[in-house]
Amino acid sequence: MLTILFDGVAYGMLLFVLAVGLSVTLGLMNFVNLAHGAFAMAGGYITVVLMSRYGVPFVACLPVAFLAAGALGAVLERTLYRRLYDRPHLDHVLFSIGIVFMAVAAVDYTMGSQQQNVRLPPWLSGRFDVAGVGIGRYRAFLIAICGALVVALQLVVSRTRFGSRLRAAVDDRRVARGLGIPVDAIFAGTFAVGSGLAGLGGALGAEILGLDPTFPLKFMIYFLIVVTVGGTRGIVGPFVAALVLGLADVAGKYYVPASGVFVIYTLMIAILLVRPQGLFARPR
Amino acid sequence: MRVAAAFAARHRWRRAEIAFWVFAFVAWAVLSRQAPIGNEIAILALFALSLDLILGYAGIVSLGHAAFFGAGAYAAGLFAKHLSGDPLLGLAVAAGVATVLDFATSFLVLRGSDLTRLMVTLGVALVLGEIANKATTITGGADGLQGVVIAPLFGLFAFDLTGRTAFAYSLVVLLVLFVVARRIVNSPFGASLRAIRDNPLRAAAVGIPVRRRLVAIYTIAATYAGVAGALLAQTTQFVSLDALAFDRSADVLLMLVIGGPGWLYGGIAGALVFKIAQDVFSGLTPQYWHFWLGLVLVVLVLTGRERLHERIARLVRGRRGAVPVPPGGDAVRADRV
Repeated sequence: MLTILFDGVAYGMLLFVLAVGLSVTLGLMNFVNLAHGAFAMAGGYITVVLMSRYGVPFVACLPVAFLAAGALGAVLERTLYRRLYDRPHLDHVLFSIGIVFMAVAAVDYTMGSQQQNVRLPPWLSGRFDVAGVGIGRYRAFLIAICGALVVALQLVVSRTRFGSRLRAAVDDRRVARGLGIPVDAIFAGTFAVGSGLAGLGGALGAEILGLDPTFPLKFMIYFLIVVTVGGTRGIVGPFVAALVLGLADVAGKYYVPASGVFVIYTLMIAILLVRPQGLFARPR
Repeated sequence: MRVAAAFAARHRWRRAEIAFWVFAFVAWAVLSRQAPIGNEIAILALFALSLDLILGYAGIVSLGHAAFFGAGAYAAGLFAKHLSGDPLLGLAVAAGVATVLDFATSFLVLRGSDLTRLMVTLGVALVLGEIANKATTITGGADGLQGVVIAPLFGLFAFDLTGRTAFAYSLVVLLVLFVVARRIVNSPFGASLRAIRDNPLRAAAVGIPVRRRLVAIYTIAATYAGVAGALLAQTTQFVSLDALAFDRSADVLLMLVIGGPGWLYGGIAGALVFKIAQDVFSGLTPQYWHFWLGLVLVVLVLTGRERLHERIARLVRGRRGAVPVPPGGDAVRADRV
């Protein structure tokens, strides 16, 4: 029971790191980026390649995955995404589905369609017991890293000057721009960081979520659930949504294996019925 | 009187349209060896037409339109397997199932913002896909529904391996439903839908019952999608999970966008281009044709699909006749999430 709780929390935190970038993209620029998972996949594959071909240790791969995915995000944002901000949602959807299709096919072509494995270092594999509860070392590692990230993000958003500008821009883009806040630059920065976090999440999650070329399609729905349920204002909403989703998914798969992903989809539809704006958003 | 005259003018068939349909039936007569692919194009065209009704005319972006396609396909398949192999009866049953399912989900879909809609349509399709996947005793799960046998059409024309009966059958169904759709969108009802698409608030202010109209068109569109699914199930005599997959929803959106939403022929043109492109690209690189598809999408969006369509429409229609309404329309503007 407690083990499930623990696994669920680890899974939820992982989902949060993967999805938080999407929540900012959506809240700030109103851009429906279905290709968010592609950045996560990039991070995952970078880790796999670095580890298996160049023998880089796992922990050293994580910052590389973050930086590489972030750089990829920054380049794409500056060259392609920014042209589409004031287009209709349909254009966003089409464009990002196009990106996903290209990413899936390109990875399939270069890496092959098989499942990739990340070999964890010995100190991260196995389990240990705390008061009779079996805890996976890797799960504990995940919780520690993701927890630190959550606290750091929350501090940046709530305490720094950059954070208050970001919140102002999310609240009302036009007024923020009128006050002289460089919304475009803020957005480019957050897009890069969000992509980077997705890449980091992909690297961390390769072990738990699995990694193959269809990753962006498979997990797109999870990211979107986190964002739509959690709302796009601030860090807390998506975080709670990710935890709920993680717990529901792990518990659902454990107690009612036959139901598959059924549990979370129904949960999402139910929540959106009651709160179409998400759990935490104030309706505009 | 001028209003009535305007509506009458919209109803008139243009020469190019008649030529198009004559051409379609000539294609059936001449291209007997390509009949299976022609059949597929006709089915996809009907599916895209159904999406056009809600996206092009009512401005509802759906990422889960395959839900109704799949529901129709499974309904037709199961009906043929267990009750009767009569194709037309099966078509009616499938249409009925899709309609009921849709009417039930329309209340979920038609609330909230664009993003919520995207999610709920996607969620409904995924839930159905998961049900079909798990209910192996009924649907065959991942193996697909086998043992579907369709009786000859009117007891005369068997659905054989050449696919000519299938092609003709799908083409006629497409034509009939197209004529109906054409009447719907050119009626006052259709005009009110366009008003809703362009500005829901103003439409409500001039007395259009927005929600009821949207539920109505959404239900009609789902019926069309269900019929398209049923056609696929009947003509291939097989249903797989593929009918409900996300790829199918994305593909149909793509087809419609290639052809341009909001003028009924967009779906048909898109299906034609899509299927031929798929054939060519997958001939070049069988496994990776989705890459080229993605590239086409990205380029299409970046260069501005509206401009492209206006230019083509001007070429096709000459100076007479209105340019098709700008695809996408204002209702899918970004400011409402």
